[in-house]
Amino acid sequence: MNGIAWRPNRARQVTLRHDRVRDTDLLLLPEQVVVLHGHAGAILRLCDGSREVHEIVDELAGRFPGAPVAEEVPAFLQRVQARGWLT
Amino acid sequence: MADVNHPAPPWAMLAELTHACPLQCGYCSNPVELIRRGDELTTDQWCEVLAQAGRLGVVQAHLSGGEPLLRPDLEQIVAAAEQAGIHTQLVTSGVGLTAPRLDALARAGLGSVQLSVQHADPASSDRIAGRRSFADKERAAAVIRACGLPFGLNVVLHRENLDALDAIVELALSWGADRIELANAQFYGWALLNRGSLLPSRAQLRRAVATVEAWRTRLDARFEGRPDARPQIVWVVPDYFEGVAKPCMGGWGSVSLTVTPDGTVLPCATAASIPGLDPPNVKDRSLAWAWNESHAFNAYRGTEWMTGPCGGCPRRSADFGGCRCQAFALTGDAARTDPACGLSPDHGLIRDLVPDTGDGTPVARSYRSSADLRRSHPQAADLRQR
Repeated sequence: MNGIAWRPNRARQVTLRHDRVRDTDLLLLPEQVVVLHGHAGAILRLCDGSREVHEIVDELAGRFPGAPVAEEVPAFLQRVQARGWLT
Repeated sequence: MADVNHPAPPWAMLAELTHACPLQCGYCSNPVELIRRGDELTTDQWCEVLAQAGRLGVVQAHLSGGEPLLRPDLEQIVAAAEQAGIHTQLVTSGVGLTAPRLDALARAGLGSVQLSVQHADPASSDRIAGRRSFADKERAAAVIRACGLPFGLNVVLHRENLDALDAIVELALSWGADRIELANAQFYGWALLNRGSLLPSRAQLRRAVATVEAWRTRLDARFEGRPDARPQIVWVVPDYFEGVAKPCMGGWGSVSLTVTPDGTVLPCATAASIPGLDPPNVKDRSLAWAWNESHAFNAYRGTEWMTGPCGGCPRRSADFGGCRCQAFALTGDAARTDPACGLSPDHGLIRDLVPDTGDGTPVARSYRSSADLRRSHPQAADLRQR
């Protein structure tokens, strides 16, 4: 991951799932459940290794007009990567 | 979402599919009175339990035992969990875990595997497990790596293996574990019977904590910039040494439930030891009723039931009064403060047991009752004689 052509992909030990009972997105790990708030699930659903960060930002900008995606999404992806949940 | 009259739904379920096991570890988390194979739930009953669990809000199931691989219908049970939206983890001794079996389980939707090992030294691991099994575990680790599922290695720690922690972490890394769970023995059931041979000294634990810290620092450096590839080391703190009660199960009836081989629904794997709980069974009641309405799940839920120093304690919403099973096992009253807490009037029951110094020299110990097990679990006997 050097930031030049990073195509974020969810890590092998992470499963992204929608929880119908609680109506929220979750990251499921072998011994951990991470509750995703706001649009975090929508962002991580785009992280399948096929898109560069700017493509994810463009896609979200189209979906959420007026939201500060260009500033916030790359920083969010970095934070998730630092937790080991994105490669 | 739960309505105001119902507790928040559970996140996780421990499914004890069978109490039969090829191993005989002296700290087994199964109850001392094992459930016989003839009393186990059928395939259809387990599939229905998982469907109900998914509707109730469970998102993670730990498929455990005994040895869950002894259930020939494990693939169907995994598939039922997957269909219910539940992420599954196989908790196994590794005995009987072949590549075709694991491939079939992965195809059914298995999410991850947790393998146990008892020591880094093969002979010591076999002695602690009560049978030759280290070679099976080594093969199982290779099978898990080849399959590509997330791989956790679990080691129960006690006086006979704490001083080998360096070698144990080395072994876990060489076997390719993504997660290394170093779980200090907790003293209920079998482990309470064998406490004298399992309880480490304070000096052993101090050395072990330093070893864990050193490994974490080393792994941080080795995997800098690749946090997804960095093996996680999880240190499950020992209960008797800190003077602080553990937040057992994240609170009674708060996060997780256990279903035993015969369908009994419990707040934790050990709770059947508490008299008067009258735990429900999935053959009579729904899982939702068990979680929301049953006496067993409401008996120690929240903080209303608390007595003694817990009553007005600022820590009560952090540690939930500690462990009910431990309070009962040591004081005879499940509603008392956990004696592990330094504020408990019963703390002396624990404090005086812990030696300051000493090495890991083995002392006499009884294995999980192998003779009874052979009579009630013929398959376990078959495995032993392979």
